[in-house]
Amino acid sequence: MGHGGGGALSAELVQHVFAPAFGGEVLAQLGDSAAVTLGGARLAFSTDSYVVRPLFFPGGSIGDLAVNGTVNDLAMSGARAAYLSCGFILEEGVEISVVARVAEALGKAARAAGVEVATGDTKVVEAGHGDGIYLNTAGIGLIPDGVDLRPQRVVPGDVVIVSGEIGLHGVAIMSVREGLGFEAEVESDCAPLGGLVQAMLAVTPDLHVLRDPTRGGLAAALNEIAAASGTGVVIQEGRVPVPEAVGNACAILGLDPFYVANEGKLVAFVPREHADAVLDAMRAHPLGRRATVIGEAVEAHPGLVVARTGLGGTRVVDLPIGEQLPRIC
Amino acid sequence: MKYIEEFQDPELARRLLDDIHATVTRPWALMEVCGGQTHTIIRHGIDQLLPEQVELIHGPGCPVCVTPLEVIDKALEIASRPEVIFCSFGDMLRVPGTGRDLFQVRSEGGDVRVVYSPLDALRIAQQNPAREVVFFGIGFETTAPPNAMTVHQAKKLGIPNFSLLVSHVRVPPAIEAIMTSPSCRVQAFLAAGHVCSVMGMGEYPELAARHRVPIVVTGFEPLDILEGVRRAVRQLERGEYTVDNAYARAVRPEGNPAALAMLEDVFEVTDRAWRGIGVIPASGWRLSARYRDYDAEHRFSVTDIATQEPAECRSGEVLQGLIKPHECEAFGTTCTPRNPLGATMVSSEGACAAYYLYRRLDLAPARTAPLEASPVV
Repeated sequence: MGHGGGGALSAELVQHVFAPAFGGEVLAQLGDSAAVTLGGARLAFSTDSYVVRPLFFPGGSIGDLAVNGTVNDLAMSGARAAYLSCGFILEEGVEISVVARVAEALGKAARAAGVEVATGDTKVVEAGHGDGIYLNTAGIGLIPDGVDLRPQRVVPGDVVIVSGEIGLHGVAIMSVREGLGFEAEVESDCAPLGGLVQAMLAVTPDLHVLRDPTRGGLAAALNEIAAASGTGVVIQEGRVPVPEAVGNACAILGLDPFYVANEGKLVAFVPREHADAVLDAMRAHPLGRRATVIGEAVEAHPGLVVARTGLGGTRVVDLPIGEQLPRIC
Repeated sequence: MKYIEEFQDPELARRLLDDIHATVTRPWALMEVCGGQTHTIIRHGIDQLLPEQVELIHGPGCPVCVTPLEVIDKALEIASRPEVIFCSFGDMLRVPGTGRDLFQVRSEGGDVRVVYSPLDALRIAQQNPAREVVFFGIGFETTAPPNAMTVHQAKKLGIPNFSLLVSHVRVPPAIEAIMTSPSCRVQAFLAAGHVCSVMGMGEYPELAARHRVPIVVTGFEPLDILEGVRRAVRQLERGEYTVDNAYARAVRPEGNPAALAMLEDVFEVTDRAWRGIGVIPASGWRLSARYRDYDAEHRFSVTDIATQEPAECRSGEVLQGLIKPHECEAFGTTCTPRNPLGATMVSSEGACAAYYLYRRLDLAPARTAPLEASPVV
């Protein structure tokens, strides 16, 4: 299971199994979406699968996730998402009314994100071989001229900005999972980030890298960028916006909010000279109102993410191994 | 509710640190008993901020770390059986037994489920009357009462397909064992506040007096730790050795009477082996005769367990405060959270895990292992 958690085990699987088997220069970049040139157009191309349980949760559903997840992967390349494909894998016995609710949510999310579901597929698996509904979406979008977002462009001195409060999606899901037995006043932040990214690019196309911190949370996103860019990253722990309900839920369960999933946030590495303007543009957008500078890229400790604690100490913020596990006491 | 932030206030922390710096005149070695305290210390860099003369020694108080290999192997054996639904808190799943862990049992088809409360396991037993449901009951005085209550409930409701695999341990005998060890360097203890919130403080004055060692009952947030250190250092400097409650917001001297009554009803004190340390007399609980039918060891008669500890793992010395995690040759090389040799590297309260996760920057860079291919998805 850990190999699907977005942490070190996921990275191992991709690096040691998939990348060598598939080959190809585009895949080797290992971004959230692939940047390809086709007929003179620069396209972003991405796919993702959704196996979330339960299918409906506070603030969204698997249908919203399937749209926003792929749209956001494209947005992290700076692309405007245009078309989506959608594959439904249904477990025998799932009620048609449930499928219809998911489909309705998916269609509504697509319209809100400004994308068209252009093609799809349906498969049914035997009862007991799925969690009701699994979804896969793929999407393509156009990358504007002059935009080149990838971790290799990060340089020491870049300012690290997070677009808002972290940990909402993961805690919302956990609050309704079977057996957890607590009700947090938290809704998922599931949202399409294309508009926010376009607002940032309108200030300057010279953003260095964007990443949406989904599985593995903020810690995984920062570690991936640090590893791929070869720079160190320092964040001020106290500046990372963590909602009180998220902090409390994590404290009870023994989890670290830095590792909890988000579905409507982004992390940006921005040249220092553009940071203020980008921050202003983000704060003027509904999905970036709580945008905050949380740290910077540094020459020291290349590939490592380090947090300065509120008390003045330092600690490494590691790539998570697999899923976080609730502790005993 | 701001119950977390208030106990991490940098300004108050600075004042406590200033006080500690002003008080210390000579070297002192303090042991924080609980692994949760260890993680707070390392995660927030508290040890970096204390005066050089104050050494914090990490104690044996990680329930996952001290669960003996034999019990882990019994859990793996029981969890592998097709008729069993094996329920556990999440952090036991990665703990290595002899050759495998509960995650591996699950990937091989075992029905291993993470629960957040033993009562969830009891509910699963009610919902699956044709299966045997076993809950992995490990931990200190903190987790023992709810586990006892669950067994009590199972008996009261007549749920025959529920049992507990018990490996509960008690703190005071461990303190006694540490203090009587010839290599002991500990001069004061930060006692685990949540243990005392259940058990009260009645067992500590005699320990403190006999070993002439200050015991400060301490919480788990950064300010709790600093206040505990401040009070312990003040006693050491004055030559005092009393029991002091620095966690009065949670700990009453008499403890929690309802929890104590439940423990008294369901458990009885027994000798218990601690992983990496060995058998400590009267340091554990087992189900009392009245509840023997709910004992998973009794029900599944798991015998023929051949355990084998990795030779190079020095977690026992780490747990006794004899070495720091990075002083083990395997730390960060053959032993990482991905491929742990011992539970201290994988538990969320383990000292080795704390050093590996938060402190690698200060340790030799060559010690961090490269990513490696995994044989199993």
